[in-house]
Amino acid sequence: MQRHLISAADLTRDDAVLILDTAEEMARVADRPIKKLPTLRGRTVVNLFFEDSTRTRISFEAAEKRLSADVINFSAKGSSVSKGESLKDTAQTLEAMGVDAVVIRHGASGAPYRLANSGWIDAAVINAGDGTHQHPTQALLDAFTMRRRLVGRDAGIGQDLSGRRITIVGDILHSRVARSNVDLLHTLGAQVTLVAPPTLVPVGVETWPCEVSYDLDSTLAKSDAVMMLRVQRERMNAAFFPTEREYSRRYGLDGDRMARMPEHAIVMHPGPMVRGMEITAEVADSERCTVVEQVANGVSIRMAVLYLLLGGNEPAVSHTRIEEK
Amino acid sequence: MSKILIRGAKVLGGEPQDVLIDGPVIEAVGSGLPAEGAEVVEADGKVLLPGLVDLHTHLREPGREDSETVLTGTRAAASGGYTAVFAMANTFPVADTAGVVEQVWRLGREHGYCDVQPIGAVTVGLEGRKLAELGAMHESAAGVTVFSDDGKCVDDAVIMRRALEYVKAFGGVVAQHAQEPRLTEGAEMNEGVVSAELGLGGWPAVAEESIIARDVLLAEHVGSRVHICHLSTAGSVEIVRWAKSRGIDVTAEVTPHHLLLTDELVRTYNPVYKVNPPLRTERDVHALREALADGTIDIVATDHAPHPHEDKDCEWAAAAMGMVGLETALSVVQETMVDTGLIDWAGVADRMSFKPAAIGQAQGHGRPVSAGEPANLTLVDTAYRGSVDPAGFASRSRNTPYEGRELPGRVTHTWLRGKATLVDGKLT
Amino acid sequence: MDTQQNNPQDNQREAEPSDARPVLEGPDIARVLTRIAHEIVERAKGADDVVLLGIPTRGVFLAQRLAAKLEQITERTIPVGSLDITMYRDDLRMHPPRALARTDIPGDGIDGRLVVLVDDVLFSGRTIRAALDALNDIGRPRAVQLAVLVDRGHRELPIRADYVGKNLPTSLRETVKVQLAEEDGRDTVLLGAKRDR
Repeated sequence: MQRHLISAADLTRDDAVLILDTAEEMARVADRPIKKLPTLRGRTVVNLFFEDSTRTRISFEAAEKRLSADVINFSAKGSSVSKGESLKDTAQTLEAMGVDAVVIRHGASGAPYRLANSGWIDAAVINAGDGTHQHPTQALLDAFTMRRRLVGRDAGIGQDLSGRRITIVGDILHSRVARSNVDLLHTLGAQVTLVAPPTLVPVGVETWPCEVSYDLDSTLAKSDAVMMLRVQRERMNAAFFPTEREYSRRYGLDGDRMARMPEHAIVMHPGPMVRGMEITAEVADSERCTVVEQVANGVSIRMAVLYLLLGGNEPAVSHTRIEEK
Repeated sequence: MSKILIRGAKVLGGEPQDVLIDGPVIEAVGSGLPAEGAEVVEADGKVLLPGLVDLHTHLREPGREDSETVLTGTRAAASGGYTAVFAMANTFPVADTAGVVEQVWRLGREHGYCDVQPIGAVTVGLEGRKLAELGAMHESAAGVTVFSDDGKCVDDAVIMRRALEYVKAFGGVVAQHAQEPRLTEGAEMNEGVVSAELGLGGWPAVAEESIIARDVLLAEHVGSRVHICHLSTAGSVEIVRWAKSRGIDVTAEVTPHHLLLTDELVRTYNPVYKVNPPLRTERDVHALREALADGTIDIVATDHAPHPHEDKDCEWAAAAMGMVGLETALSVVQETMVDTGLIDWAGVADRMSFKPAAIGQAQGHGRPVSAGEPANLTLVDTAYRGSVDPAGFASRSRNTPYEGRELPGRVTHTWLRGKATLVDGKLT
Repeated sequence: MDTQQNNPQDNQREAEPSDARPVLEGPDIARVLTRIAHEIVERAKGADDVVLLGIPTRGVFLAQRLAAKLEQITERTIPVGSLDITMYRDDLRMHPPRALARTDIPGDGIDGRLVVLVDDVLFSGRTIRAALDALNDIGRPRAVQLAVLVDRGHRELPIRADYVGKNLPTSLRETVKVQLAEEDGRDTVLLGAKRDR
């Protein structure tokens, strides 16, 4: 049995629904005067961040603290890592301090997998985003947000996203969020369509459980949720698209395009948004945009994941699909 | 030097025969040869091959003696049945002067496990800008005939053209590491279904194929010959096949690992599978095997690339590219080519000894197993099966992708000019 | 995963024992709940600040039934909710994580109220200890009382019930299983031998 959360593809439908249901209960803690549970008292969690990501780190940190875990924040910048210490040595140093779980963000795809499977450490590993590979808690919080908005807060309990149509727009090639979402949304029964210029779709996408379109306008009317991904301006210099203006004209979400979405449909964004690039201010600030909700939901999802992986003597998430080498 | 009688060896896989060695040469090949005054080696049905020749080895000395030295590398070569290896130029300093190539050549001679034929760099510092002194390296004691910037592609078309032209003066050959640099910026593994899922930078087949296509056309244009290192894709096979059909003087090599392993293994993120060129798909593997069988690909070369443990015991992105191969090459070729019926042992001798020696002009190597020829020989127990244990490697490095994998065949004896370098699987 | 939402430590509610015999039947359960409702009204002097919190799963149904009876007696609306104690358990490290049940605190909260915790079986007392901790994070009641359908003894903590449907002397080799119509299709309390595992 796996004790780690490395990839959204490792979760079964029942695992994913359990995490969403648990997160729904965790969300209620946020409404209480004392936003804290004693569940992980005495457990130590390290947030091992080799990439700057303040929002993901504070989200995990809030979740860990609400569950009463002891939290160590380790940022690679200015540390021994920048002096050439390897991931292995860093991890073993932390483990020697008695860490029960490592939440890792790393610029290299596969670094969390390697940490979990190389025998370097015993602690549970939670992937907080690796390279252009996976960001499973982001996909979970996105699915949680969709279930709340599209199925209902109470009506959603025990439910998946069967039949919902989700469109993900933007830099698919470089996006761990897109990969995680395609895997998880498919597991949860949703139909996923990726929309991007062909330069930003990976070679090999044809085996993914989703549709691919180069035309945003043709997908809007049949979307229950449209997720806009951040497009970094630097991609323009690598000739992925000609100009910022052309990109936003063809693939940006503005008020006109939003009006063509079904009335119940929502606009999502994992943040940080590049306003004027993939999304206009009008859309970003509209009622239909869930970006702030997603941040709040992130804490609940991460509490659920931490509880289910660390709250007992063994994890409650089965990870039946992963085969240990 | 005393005589050695190898009794009952299947020479190139044929009927059992006796082979009598006298000093550095083969005295006789036949049945019932007299054993008087000779040390007898009972071959007992093992296959006797001409000593193997590797056109593509990284010995790391000078500069990276922590991963391999000429001594440890040539001991690994002898263990794997090799009597000659061509040492790549990407050392520190780069083998781009007569001084460096002579040093490497001399170290090989002194140790006496395996002849070391240095490969010279095509360009100064492997930087691809200025031709190295190819003539001086050729005229040195090392007598360099093969030139390569391996590890880097000679991507500038003009530099490549000039190199191809220049080496004609002394019958040299340029061995190209075909990798279009712009198409492989940030590349970490074969670009395809697996890279898309794993989020690792894609290394497209076309980055290799486009350079091969360009270089065979350049070779044709200037009337020179070109050798393609570690060809790895089905598309490359098609281009080389086309070039050969056109009469272009091109030769090509494939590594053992590209004959066996695919990019599916990268799903483990274990950097032991990180190599340049990257592991490709099942379809490519089959195309490479067929091409090696039909002669489109001329030879097997190991691209033996030792790396210290710490360069592989890390995350994928931080890891070095390359695998050791000298001590497993013959087993992998038996597994993928012989046991599958694609080629016989004479075919193995052709692709791992005769042709590589001919391409690299290795004097005294890749000769027939017959009277009067140099006694460079290797004896292989082809009935053996066992799992690979890197702890037993003679190489200083252990970065093999085959650890724990069961493979057929085991080299039991190697003779370099009549001197045993390996006896009963043990180095002398 | 472990989907068991109840509480084996306190109640031993595993599969129904084969030789189980009923110790309370449907009408008995209705009768004791009526009695408890009257006792609450009496002790709380009209029950005007009572909030009932059931402990999932069956405690919630009992709390709802009690609330209905209190409403009949007092002709007032009685706030009723649920209090999941999973995250406060002292044996979390001994089992796989459990799925969480709903905590649902009535809108006016519990501050200054008389909270009556409702559970089906009182055994070691550890569930109630966890419930008191959970309450502590939610608000500050005027007082907390405990109502249980069955008290089977064997307390491991200094905790006692204020309202008891039935005192049932048991041995540790026995199990007590409460079944309620809302969850199990019928009302009954079964006493049986603990099966060897």
